[in-house]
Amino acid sequence: MTTIVIVLVVGVVLVLTAVYISWRAGRLDRLHIRLELAREALDGALVRRAAICLELAASRILDPATSLVLASAAHEARTAGVEEREHAESDLSRTLRAAVDQERFREKLAERPGGAELFAELEEAVAKVVYSRRFYNNAAGVTRTAQRRFLARTLRLAGYTEYPGFFEIDDDPPRAMAAE
Amino acid sequence: MRVGLVCPYSWDMPGGVMAHIRDLAEALIADGHQVSVIAPASDDADLPPYVTPAGRAVPVPYNGSVARMSFGFISAARVRRWVRDGGFDVLHIHEPLVPSLGVLACWAAKGPIVATFHASWTRSRAIAVAEPMLRSALEKISGRIAVSDAARKSLVEQFGGDTVLIPNGVTVSRYAEAEPLPGWGPDGDTLGFLGRMDEPRKGLPILLDAFVLLAERRPGLKLLIAGPGDAGDVYDRVPAALHRRITLLGMVSEEDKARAYHSVDVFCAPNTGGESFGIVLAEAMAAGAPVLASDIPAFRKVLGEGQAGALFPNGDARALAEEAGRLLEDPDRRTVLSEEARRAVRKYDWSTVARDVVRVYETVTSPGAGVVEDRASAP
Repeated sequence: MTTIVIVLVVGVVLVLTAVYISWRAGRLDRLHIRLELAREALDGALVRRAAICLELAASRILDPATSLVLASAAHEARTAGVEEREHAESDLSRTLRAAVDQERFREKLAERPGGAELFAELEEAVAKVVYSRRFYNNAAGVTRTAQRRFLARTLRLAGYTEYPGFFEIDDDPPRAMAAE
Repeated sequence: MRVGLVCPYSWDMPGGVMAHIRDLAEALIADGHQVSVIAPASDDADLPPYVTPAGRAVPVPYNGSVARMSFGFISAARVRRWVRDGGFDVLHIHEPLVPSLGVLACWAAKGPIVATFHASWTRSRAIAVAEPMLRSALEKISGRIAVSDAARKSLVEQFGGDTVLIPNGVTVSRYAEAEPLPGWGPDGDTLGFLGRMDEPRKGLPILLDAFVLLAERRPGLKLLIAGPGDAGDVYDRVPAALHRRITLLGMVSEEDKARAYHSVDVFCAPNTGGESFGIVLAEAMAAGAPVLASDIPAFRKVLGEGQAGALFPNGDARALAEEAGRLLEDPDRRTVLSEEARRAVRKYDWSTVARDVVRVYETVTSPGAGVVEDRASAP
């Protein structure tokens, strides 16, 4: 009799543990999916920002000096390796601020054909870098906490996914584009 | 884009969050998006075509006040069906920490979910108890928006991470044109105030003190006050001889509010703090009323450091009286301020706000992957 009870209790405990573990694993899996989508969005936003900067630099709307610094900063950001990426993207933000915050930049751009559209696209791209980075860092923070949990570490619930890092850059928009 | 908006509070009761969702929905529709809103409301309620009722709302005390919310099996099932049938590209939940439709929607759906946090709240026992439950709902949210610095601060302190800030909007066109109220009109001697009379942070007592000071010098000076509150509070603060020069409209309709802004020469916003944005100020600016406001940071920002409206030192009734007197003497300056205000407020128009919100949607969505029912949580 007692043996049956013990077997039953052990059985129930095992089933509950398994359910709990699979729930934790499922949750971690969902977090990884969210993190991956956030990463893609961030990558997309950064690539788009650099592309528009290059387009602006090549448009002959700006003076040659501004065009040159903007083009080289955008190029650096695009070609930087994993290690230098945050650095290069921050540099692009700073260059962009220096360029856009020139006196009457927006008005002068708007006088040229296609200039107003280009400004609007750039503004959107800059805003999306800010948004997607916040969302990515948020997802990274939650995932890091979940991966660090005792159960996740001991049972390697995260599998072979790497421990996510935050993406820390200076992404302050130029004053003329500041949304906040 | 197909957007599903979730409103936590009853659609029949006007309030800040509900008005925000209505204006956002209408701005998105005007922009060509397909929008569906689910909100607590009874089936026979008179609703705009884009609102789906989720059942009658029940008054429940939560976070220090009583709110009308929906929950329970029926609401949960309706939210689930709405998510399943909606085919949304993105789900946008408002106030996901309020135990109402937002939490239910988080539970029933998966995919791109955006959430907007409106209120700020202090760390309460209720939130602490509910935190593990709320946390798993919050984990499904891919993009978080706060409408004010205060809301953002309390969210970050409570749950960590970061949010983007997209302030409230004002529908500029709703206020731009209106007839002055009957018997009123900018006549060079009318001050205006709009807001709760009994809420000290709105600063009405400061304005009343200033009015007493200025009324001595200007025999024609009048004060028009719109907003709920006790008339006694106002009349007790000023000498009896001045009572007939102060008019209390009480609570006004949207339409009369717009007309009130057009009835004054100087609109006063003596708020002493706590304003995250100052929606009233933005409405007055949209109406082109010359504004005189306290120099709290939020107002200085909205008024472009004084370019789109005059400022006075916060809490200083004497300075308010002086500056109001100067403005009443100077019609040219009022015209300039009115034009500058109309220009500056465009930045806060709903079309701009909706554009920023759409950017958030675009950031969290990827082609071909919309919102679907989360079967893991199905009953």
